[in-house]
Amino acid sequence: MPEPLETKKEKVSLVERFFILWDRIGILLAFIVVCILFGILTPVFFNPLNILNVIRQVSIIGVIAVGMTFVILLGGIDLSVGSVVAFTGIIAAGFQVKWGGSLFLSIVIPLLIGGGIGFLNGFISTKGGLHPFIVTLGTMSIFRGATLLVAKGRPISGMSRSFRFIGAGMIGPIPFPVILFLGSVIIAAIILRRTVFGRYIYAIGGNEEAALLSGIRVDRYKISAFTILGFLSALSGLILTSRLNSGELVAGEGYELDVIASVVIGGTSMMGGEGGVYGTLIGALLIGVISNGLNLLGVQPYWQMIVRGSIIILAVLMDKMKRRFRTA
Amino acid sequence: MKKLGVVGTLVILVASLCLGSLALAQEQLTIGLSFPSLSFAWFAFLEEAVKEKATQIGGIEVISLEAEDNVAKQISIIEDMIIRGVDGVLLVPIEVEAVVPAVEALNKANIPVVTVDRRIKEDAPVEVLCHVGADNVEGGRRAAKFIVDELIEKYGEPKGTVIELTGTPGAGPAIDRSAGFNEIMEQYPDITIKAQTANFRRDDGMKVMEDFIMSTPQIDAVFGANDEMILGAIQAIEASGKLDVKEVITVGFDALPEALQLIEEETLDATIEQFPGRQASTAFEILVKYLREKAEPENKVILIEPAVITKDNLHEAEKSIQ
Repeated sequence: MPEPLETKKEKVSLVERFFILWDRIGILLAFIVVCILFGILTPVFFNPLNILNVIRQVSIIGVIAVGMTFVILLGGIDLSVGSVVAFTGIIAAGFQVKWGGSLFLSIVIPLLIGGGIGFLNGFISTKGGLHPFIVTLGTMSIFRGATLLVAKGRPISGMSRSFRFIGAGMIGPIPFPVILFLGSVIIAAIILRRTVFGRYIYAIGGNEEAALLSGIRVDRYKISAFTILGFLSALSGLILTSRLNSGELVAGEGYELDVIASVVIGGTSMMGGEGGVYGTLIGALLIGVISNGLNLLGVQPYWQMIVRGSIIILAVLMDKMKRRFRTA
Repeated sequence: MKKLGVVGTLVILVASLCLGSLALAQEQLTIGLSFPSLSFAWFAFLEEAVKEKATQIGGIEVISLEAEDNVAKQISIIEDMIIRGVDGVLLVPIEVEAVVPAVEALNKANIPVVTVDRRIKEDAPVEVLCHVGADNVEGGRRAAKFIVDELIEKYGEPKGTVIELTGTPGAGPAIDRSAGFNEIMEQYPDITIKAQTANFRRDDGMKVMEDFIMSTPQIDAVFGANDEMILGAIQAIEASGKLDVKEVITVGFDALPEALQLIEEETLDATIEQFPGRQASTAFEILVKYLREKAEPENKVILIEPAVITKDNLHEAEKSIQ
């Protein structure tokens, strides 16, 4: 953990102050400003129904982004998450509709498969000494193909009422996917902040060489992070399949971009070792809010893409500036 | 006894081999089928229809390859087909222009090509034996007319708010369907159209519809430029608790089995049928006829007229409820 600049004796310039502040609450501030802006432009925005609506929409990407935070904190990346969503979704739909309709199997098997794919990603990239970008590029294609293979080119539709609870159910006024999402955020935050496992993840991401020399079994932590991500991608696949009432072949296509964007906008460094899951929560919400707000205003989606892209670059730029001032 | 069985099997095997090669000697054809992606159920039906027709005619091997919705991939697939020496190609081009070089290569190799569903740019310097397709503009018009009629029935006059979920920006069917739809709707100034793309996808259809439900107090009708989007929109309407799906007029496009099921249950009001099976088998027949009998088709373009499928004429749909 870097020393806070305030403890230094020299005078801190205004620009530096700004970046210190930005490091702490910048993204939250940006999020609040965007929300207020949309609130003024379209009063419906702050309607409680709409707020729940946005968080529910975000939860599908957000659950994956929580897992991706672990992987990116370790300096890794995973492009296969969208394919895992589709594959586990179609397996869940298969168990619901074609292979006996057991609720238990249609939840447990996809989650195990998701975790298994994550394990595979981690195992191949660490033990094989390959960059995870390449490995997961491979598994991304493999499991998109496997999805088509299992589904034989058609969506599988018609889930049972109990299965539909995962994506469409409510506990009191709160949609169940929101509970799953916020639950995974809290659990991940506890793991990262309060456990040895979490501390080692930051240590490895910050300086892998040093971590190795001090006897941390780096490979194990990396494989675990990928496994967590695979598991959460499968959870997202279950939520999506349940919400759509259908295992879709194009499900999850392009999700990797939104997921990585959420993590990066949330302030987790692509270099690893810095950031956290609360940032990811805000990052995911910011992306969701922009899409929702522009939809409410009836803006064509071309603009949504342009806005989102700009925010990603801005966020990374801020991250870079922050570092420069810290090392200066 | 055992020996007799073995001999018997052998005899049958040899006989069938002879018969098989006899058919081969007659005129064995190899036909390549290249289409955008298996991820859309529509193309899965098309592929099935072609294979069925091939078995029905006999003596034809179909090499069917999907291109993962990637133009470069489709071009290389066609190049590979040329090297493999196929006799003819049935092509669903991903894009109007980008696939032209591949068709040029087919022309050069003297392999006839018939396009199905989507066409090549009209003034492209290539030779296409025939195009069999759907009239997407007309399909859009019919969807609009259906909604107008329903609105008149509801209010006594053509008025109300209609949501239009458009397809992937830039895709041919998305442009054509929307053009036809709006051509009709423009004639009714009291009907407000609110359009947004949902990329032909169910998840996007649901998400965009959720946002429309928040922003638009009164929604009378929803048109999805394909069934996937309208199915997503219906999920959103059902989950909203604000709108009754039986009250909202909903129209899809493609007549997928799932949509037909919802029409039967009166959740969905209508879908537009473009008869992919009929398109595919017509195109296939034309190609085989040309290869075997050198018979040129009478028309260079054959458009199959779309139909509005509602609960009253469900039986006219090509696919049936699963």
